[in-house]
Amino acid sequence: MTEGYLTNSEDWVNLDESLHYSLKLFITGASPNSARAIANLKDICEKYFAKKYDLEIIDVYQQPLLAKREQVVALPMLIRYFPLPVKRLFGDMSNEKSVLNALGVNSI
Amino acid sequence: MKASSKKTFENKRMLKTPTGISGLDEITEGGLPKGRPTLICGDAGSGKTLFSIEFIVKGATVFGEPGVFVAFEEKSEELAVNVASLGFDLNKLIAEKNIKIDHIQIDRSEIEETGEYDLDGLFIRLGYAIDSIGAKRVVLDTIENLFSGLTNHGILRAELRRLFSWLKDKGVTAIITGEKGDGKLTRHGLEEYVSDCVILLDHRIENQISTRRLRIIKYRGSVHGTNEYPFLIDKDGISVLPITSLHLANEVSNERVSSGIPLLDEMLGGKGFFKGSSILVSGSAGSGKTSIAAHFADTSCNRKERCLFFAFEESPAQIIRNMKSINLDLEKHVKSGFLKFYASRPTMYGLEMHLVVFYKLIKEFKPKAVILDPITNLVTVGDSREVKSILIRLIDFLQKEQITVMFTALTFPHFIQTNPDEDVASLVDTWLSVQDIEYNGERNRAMYIMKSRGMKNSNQVREFLITDNGVEIVEVTLGPTGVLVGSAREAYNLEKSTGEALRKNAISMKNKQIESRKTILDAKVAKLKSEFELVKDELDRIYIEEQLRNEVAEKNRKELMKMRGKKS
Repeated sequence: MTEGYLTNSEDWVNLDESLHYSLKLFITGASPNSARAIANLKDICEKYFAKKYDLEIIDVYQQPLLAKREQVVALPMLIRYFPLPVKRLFGDMSNEKSVLNALGVNSI
Repeated sequence: MKASSKKTFENKRMLKTPTGISGLDEITEGGLPKGRPTLICGDAGSGKTLFSIEFIVKGATVFGEPGVFVAFEEKSEELAVNVASLGFDLNKLIAEKNIKIDHIQIDRSEIEETGEYDLDGLFIRLGYAIDSIGAKRVVLDTIENLFSGLTNHGILRAELRRLFSWLKDKGVTAIITGEKGDGKLTRHGLEEYVSDCVILLDHRIENQISTRRLRIIKYRGSVHGTNEYPFLIDKDGISVLPITSLHLANEVSNERVSSGIPLLDEMLGGKGFFKGSSILVSGSAGSGKTSIAAHFADTSCNRKERCLFFAFEESPAQIIRNMKSINLDLEKHVKSGFLKFYASRPTMYGLEMHLVVFYKLIKEFKPKAVILDPITNLVTVGDSREVKSILIRLIDFLQKEQITVMFTALTFPHFIQTNPDEDVASLVDTWLSVQDIEYNGERNRAMYIMKSRGMKNSNQVREFLITDNGVEIVEVTLGPTGVLVGSAREAYNLEKSTGEALRKNAISMKNKQIESRKTILDAKVAKLKSEFELVKDELDRIYIEEQLRNEVAEKNRKELMKMRGKKS
């Protein structure tokens, strides 16, 4: 679960064919921002790369230790572990264009 | 009733959290505001991080208050290495759960902002860290880094405001550091949010010499010193130099200490200096100031009192060697621990820094006597006005501690007016002036007491000699033309002794003559006596013969008469 868990460039090339997204969304309970972020992100994922992603949603309140390890500061935060490089997205994912841009969907 | 109202008043007063940084708690009268955030701002390299880490470490080690250090710049390991040089073992404190370090990193390159967010992540991490060790102290160093990581400053500002009030609610004493901005205390105006206490650290270079200074810009609800205070970062962390009590209410002592030179003591009312007083020895180059100081050091060490010798001109080894030549063994005092030298080039740091060093060493070593040799060298790093202000503070401090201090000062023969020791002279209690007297083709040393407060002192100019047995003050020699020094004195003495020898010789000659005359007369008397005896004997003999003859004649006549009578 650490950053850059996939460092072998050959693997990267192989996986690039199917381009699978590995995402983790950090939220805080049921705050409005969190709820919006979940809804917005799910929409985007289903719309642009349905079934080509796995998404884990973590409530930081429940796992404060994880917050330190994953360098959580601003919330909600989405981490794209794959494709590399690791990307961090802050916010409620309401700006679809910048979410797609950050996830690199345009380049598909 | 009265007691309770007093108690509520006490309660209303601001509680403070001691920082443990030496000197700072005196300026702030107790420390930082308890349970509130304090802003520490300053340029890069002004010591903000060190200041805050010392606050945390001292909290954990001295005051039993665990602390959380949130580092936005350095990683925990880097921080541990950086402060190891100050003797702080962070890793141990972390292992003991007295300190927690959380490194927060925001890498602009891998971040995208996609709408509304807040800093709950920071709150959660901080909250968790505080709760996990029961922290009472928190440092955020430097939270302004968030401004470079996050572009939505509107959100950030709102969140920071929330963060600071949240910290207050948590009841932790917090330090927030911020880098100084153009015309503002911090680049992003953190001072707007942290309004209880603001401390500015400054690192200035004057004449190529750097001095760190600290100023409390504001401290709501508390009295505090408003000056700029110099501070020092060394192997023991930060020491701030508070300007000592400005009221002249120091205790005084009637005790006297010897100067180490018997005749000088005599000049000073027979007992020497007052304990805890300040003495200035001024004189031109080579007039023996250091030797006088060394005597003073030697005598205090012999009394088993510690002495601290600040040398600005010579190295300790040099002083020891030079003093050996006048039979002063300072080395044995150094070895026995009563004498400590501290030699430094005046240009090593600024004046203020020197003062900080003085304070620190004096507090550590706890001497009874301090020597500064010579103070005039300090002028190379500051003008005489500054030197004076430094010396006022030093004298004040030493007086409070009842430490006797001896300064030496160099007077230049030709521009005495611009000389700082003239300024200093009004501060000191006793001023000895050592002068060279050029006379009769030679140079001699003379000493006199310019002033000596509170004691009877000699008004005589005395000659003093530096001999194989140390400094000796010579009794005044009064010749027919006044006080005589050097070879003139020697010549006078010689002349005097020659005359005496001659006179003595003459007397003994006369005595001899009298003696022999007497012998002759005695002999004559004896002869006459014996002549007289002879004459007397002769006369006696004649007289006795006559008598005998008469007696016999009488007898014969009577016999004849008898015979005739029978017949007739």
